[in-house]
Amino acid sequence: MSYCNHTKTYLSRREFLTRTSLGLGALTLGSLLNPLEALGNTNLTLNGGVLGQPHFAPRAKRVIYLFQSGAPSQIDLFDDKPLLRKMNGEELPESVRKGQRLTGMTAGQDTLPLAGSLFNFKQYGESGLMMSELLPYTSQIVDEMCMVKSMYTEAINHDPAVTFMQTGSQFPGRPSIGSWLDYGLGSDNENLPSFVVLVTKDKRGQPLYARLWGNGFLPSEHQGVQFRAGKDPVLYLNNPPGVDMGARRQQLDHLRQLQEKQFQTMEDPEIQARITQYEMAFRMQTSVPEITDTSDEPDYIYDMYGPDSRKPGTYAANCLLARRLVEKGVKFVQLYHQGWDQHGNLPNAIKVQAQETDQPSAALIMDLKQRGLLEDTLVIWGGEFGRTNYSQGKLSVDNYGRDHHPKCFSIWMAGGGVKKGFSYGATDDFGYNVVQNPVHVHDFQATLLHLLGIDHERLTFKYQGRRFRLTDVHGHVVRDIIA
Amino acid sequence: MAIRFIPFVIILPLFFLTNCQKKEGSISYNEHIRPIFNAKCLVCHGGVKKLGGFSLLFEEEALDTTDSGVYAIVPGNHRKSELFKRIVHEDPELRMPQDGDPLTDTEIELIKRWIDEGAKWEEHWAYVTPKVPAIPSIDSNWIKNDIDRFVLQIIKEKGLTPESEADRQTLIRRVSLDLTGLPPSPDEVATFLKDDSPGAYEKLVDRLLTSPHFGERWAAMWMDLARYADSKGYEKDPNRSIWKYRDWLIQAFNEDKPFDQFTVEQLAGDLLPEPTQDQLIATAFHRNTMTNTEGGTDDEEFRVVALLDRVNTTFEVWQATTISCVQCHSHPYDPFRHEDYYESLAFFNNTLDNDIETDFPLLETYAETDTAQIQSVINYIKALGPYKQIQEKAPLDQQIKQALFPRLFPVDVDDIHNVMLTGGGDVGNGSYNAKAGEGRQYFFKYDDIKLDKLTNIEVTYFTEGNDARLDLYLDQPDGELLASTSFNQTWGPEGDQKYRSDRLKTLEVVIPAKTGRHDLVFEIINTTGKAPEGIVWIKELLLDYSDFTPSNDWMKQTDALRQLRRKAERTPIMQPKTAVFKRATHVFERGNWLVHGEEVQPTIPDVLPQIEKESPPNRLDFARWLVGEENPLTARVTVNRFWEQLFGNGIVSTLEDFGTQGQPPTHPELLDYLALRFSQDLNWSVKALLKEIVLSATYRQSSRVTAEKNEIDPYNYWLTRGPRFRLSAEQLRDQALAVSGLLRDTIGGPSVMPPQPEGVWQLVYSSERWETQEEDRYRRGLYTFWKRTSPYPSMIAFDSPSREFCVSRRIRTNTPLQALVTMNDPVYLEAAQALAGIMEKEGGQELERCIEVGYKRALIHPPDQETVHILKELYQTAMEESTKPDALEPMTVVASAILNLDAFLTKT
Repeated sequence: MSYCNHTKTYLSRREFLTRTSLGLGALTLGSLLNPLEALGNTNLTLNGGVLGQPHFAPRAKRVIYLFQSGAPSQIDLFDDKPLLRKMNGEELPESVRKGQRLTGMTAGQDTLPLAGSLFNFKQYGESGLMMSELLPYTSQIVDEMCMVKSMYTEAINHDPAVTFMQTGSQFPGRPSIGSWLDYGLGSDNENLPSFVVLVTKDKRGQPLYARLWGNGFLPSEHQGVQFRAGKDPVLYLNNPPGVDMGARRQQLDHLRQLQEKQFQTMEDPEIQARITQYEMAFRMQTSVPEITDTSDEPDYIYDMYGPDSRKPGTYAANCLLARRLVEKGVKFVQLYHQGWDQHGNLPNAIKVQAQETDQPSAALIMDLKQRGLLEDTLVIWGGEFGRTNYSQGKLSVDNYGRDHHPKCFSIWMAGGGVKKGFSYGATDDFGYNVVQNPVHVHDFQATLLHLLGIDHERLTFKYQGRRFRLTDVHGHVVRDIIA
Repeated sequence: MAIRFIPFVIILPLFFLTNCQKKEGSISYNEHIRPIFNAKCLVCHGGVKKLGGFSLLFEEEALDTTDSGVYAIVPGNHRKSELFKRIVHEDPELRMPQDGDPLTDTEIELIKRWIDEGAKWEEHWAYVTPKVPAIPSIDSNWIKNDIDRFVLQIIKEKGLTPESEADRQTLIRRVSLDLTGLPPSPDEVATFLKDDSPGAYEKLVDRLLTSPHFGERWAAMWMDLARYADSKGYEKDPNRSIWKYRDWLIQAFNEDKPFDQFTVEQLAGDLLPEPTQDQLIATAFHRNTMTNTEGGTDDEEFRVVALLDRVNTTFEVWQATTISCVQCHSHPYDPFRHEDYYESLAFFNNTLDNDIETDFPLLETYAETDTAQIQSVINYIKALGPYKQIQEKAPLDQQIKQALFPRLFPVDVDDIHNVMLTGGGDVGNGSYNAKAGEGRQYFFKYDDIKLDKLTNIEVTYFTEGNDARLDLYLDQPDGELLASTSFNQTWGPEGDQKYRSDRLKTLEVVIPAKTGRHDLVFEIINTTGKAPEGIVWIKELLLDYSDFTPSNDWMKQTDALRQLRRKAERTPIMQPKTAVFKRATHVFERGNWLVHGEEVQPTIPDVLPQIEKESPPNRLDFARWLVGEENPLTARVTVNRFWEQLFGNGIVSTLEDFGTQGQPPTHPELLDYLALRFSQDLNWSVKALLKEIVLSATYRQSSRVTAEKNEIDPYNYWLTRGPRFRLSAEQLRDQALAVSGLLRDTIGGPSVMPPQPEGVWQLVYSSERWETQEEDRYRRGLYTFWKRTSPYPSMIAFDSPSREFCVSRRIRTNTPLQALVTMNDPVYLEAAQALAGIMEKEGGQELERCIEVGYKRALIHPPDQETVHILKELYQTAMEESTKPDALEPMTVVASAILNLDAFLTKT
């Protein structure tokens, strides 16, 4: 979150300097010895982000990242592999696997039987993109979609893989994508955080945790703010029982008088910054409930997103909320939906997952489009790795499981400067290896930043003597997918 | 290109920041040349790339020939130096830096003069052992001790003036918060204000230094460095019991354990001769690394991750060196080579822990309430005629093992190799990875067993097949084979049933006659490579001696003892691997743990003074080297940390990096003075160090900041005023609880779970719950249960790290979420209510008096008239509100405002 904190801190110093007739020139020594400078944070500007201006004209101004945690099976959703149906039950040839490291969950399996998808695929739209019958709604928006079938990653377990997607490193400690953006670009809204996190309520699956939207080594004001379903959408947002907004206003006014009085004898700009943050907190107390209470949405919108959208905390409700947030200028909305980790019983479990996400994801695209927001809002749908083409556990006529697979997976994007009705990259007929246009996680991240007008090599933060960046020392912008 | 001469006097903006002052005219490598090389050359001619065979990182490389056969630097002759030719080359293709702007005339002139003066190399200041600096002879009434002479010298040089001493209320609040993390009580304030003797302040400091809360405050600082948490981290993030280490820290600070001992015990307490239980608990410092319990992960992969973290953390905490950079390649800027990293890692590579779920090895300790009962059972067993001597002086966990002998249990193994130890206490060759583990050998070992009269070993186990075998070797894995026996199926695979560990069988391994004491090495062999048929789990080994037959009573009593053993608190500790299972350490090519390079031995990085020892040094030698006289960094880094805690900035502001990319010290002589004073005169006494600092006039200054001072030095680097910065997350909580009288100041014990909003605690796989015990509602912040994946919200809001990694320095922020916490978090509301209660009780009928009571409790100063007036007005507005049935008491509204004052949230 940024809340223009730097804006406030630095504006207030400017105000303060103006007040004391010193002007900005007097800041020279200050910036020379600024402790943030010791961290490489040398370019703080007045708009809140370290970059001030993007490096080049952005194609997207905001991002909604629909993270499908647990790793959805690309073979059953997007990447049709008829060969697997033909060879169903046959052993995965070593010539395809080439000694690829397996997770401990199937490494001990005596056989690795290929498992063809039980779901039918068809071409849709003018673009003719293939989609599984599991996604009837998403199939209707393929012409808006940029499908990447050649994603690959390095991690084979959830925690490192999700952390890798979200922070560019398999190990905890680095800032998440949203934190980097907040640090780089600042906020467009005075009343809302610029980096908001929404997690589907009461789902089972891999745990999700604060680290994934954490600030890492960046100052903590850049951490994502989780909006939760229920009466306290942001922690401690509600006044204590017995304090209404009028009473709180009174209290804040008096508090402010005391703080200002103190500033007269102690001219520490932190005092003014604090006053400003209390005001921002007060505004959030109104602006956040206003935005999370979706009751003013018309029925046809609810109908678009599906019946779940009326139940706060569902994926559908979060998709709707995401749209409301970007409308208000929130820069990065990170959704998480758990439950895709189908090691066994995949054909049944994936139906539930697909049903929960299909209609709302498609509705979000259409809704953004009808509001003219899709053009500069980038929507991303995808998980942390792929799933194996062979069955984990027993393969039967109507059932199979799939283990983790890092060598290929599919994600799709829409809006914000990516090509429409476009499919990029390809995997082999076994759906095991990428054979065309591989996209590494760092490439994906570099491209994401690029779409936002950021050169991924130039958004850096100096920590422990090194300039860190989201893409570590890697990453190439995938120019072919940019419209 | 024409070179204009520019007098260098005007081009040295960094002059005031550098370590050694040179007489005018001579060029210093550190002051003048290194910054140019760092900024313009090292990217291509440093540790990562050595283009043209030329690197400027080490003297011998810089002065050697390059790929083209010429010398880049010819000392004394810039014309013959290729480096010089290239920086002034007319052809932009050949001119250095390539693809960059040419060096400025000034820079070129400096390099020219440096070469002509002999190209004298200097080590970066931080790697040079500090020498006692001359104490500036400056005099002034302002000065209280020698610290002030160093500080005032620079203040004067800059034409600035220091502040006079802060008023006494400010002083007592500041020094109480700094030394104990708690504000002074009204009684303590009254005592101090009454005492007008000249030594009153020193008396106060002495009292605070002996307060039992001193240890809590400094433990809280160290816990960030130790990445202390009550959970194991990663995906499942299960709970971990390691609070005994936190209590060890508190105790260590309270008893003023000298910092050298403090260091050695944490890094190598297990290698000290006959370590005490406390010394073993100290080693949990490095057991705070994360353990990955996610299904299907490779334990060796994450053992290696933990190992790397130990190296990085050790170098960050004691050496402020970013050695993690050389994990993948030589350091781009600092003189550390790729191999240096793995040679350092070799010191840490041979500990028993290996990322298994149980966190083995664990130290068992017992609550005092259980000790007597356990001791009585042990005594009873002893009276029954135990086979092995029970040493009454030994720690209880040792006595228990001795009393159980000759029953051996998997948790008591002395070393393991590839085998798994389960939470249920079994040892086996099973893991998810039966196939991936092909070619691995599975061993476990018990040391120093008497073999005279040993006839056989009864092995209790369970297995699903007939494909596993147990071999027993004497002393080492390739030693004499004593016995080999196959396991029989204990239960058949029926449908999809899980293992049934209660279906046990016992196997008799016959032992040939031997004498003397030996180590027994057991190997489990999967004869067919099949799983689960070849996987076996062993529960117990009973050694049968011809002269000892366990009676029924003996068995019953030892079973009872095993039951009692379950009450143990189990703390993860470091234990050395035994010689026969020592791991070799290899360089990881480009940092990839799967690609082994050459084997390396434990060695200190070349740039630093070496360990003087005949035999190969171990982890204990390494720990002693850190605090040895020759080490240039430890004392500097440590005093800098304490200084930063008090002043808000370090003398070196980059606490975590003293390398060339860190900030240079603002007061280099003071840093060296304090470092040597601490490590030599004060014998590493933290309390003595802190006392000297807080007694200085520098520390006691008023923190009054004017527009002018703020303009000149907004971050107070030149120390012309006292410290003024927001309190830490823990201090904020503790202070609110203390001034409202709610604080429960019990010291130590298991971590506690004060109320937190529902839904913060997100756990998918376990039944662990966040449950508040009423008596633990108001404990100090450092006791709050630290779950790595869902940290306590108000901690994170106030800049705590997540404790997954070592963090030297919390970056202070100022956000609206913080305002929401202190206005709305129930803890703060309860504090406001309690404070309001005190205000009304002590203030009585008179509103002004009530306000004064509350304000004074919180801020120590009495409020001035205007403040009273504003708060009175707030009270009256709240009174109007209070006609509503559920409105807060007006006094609570006033108290809450006081608890949100900047002056309250800030140390002034």
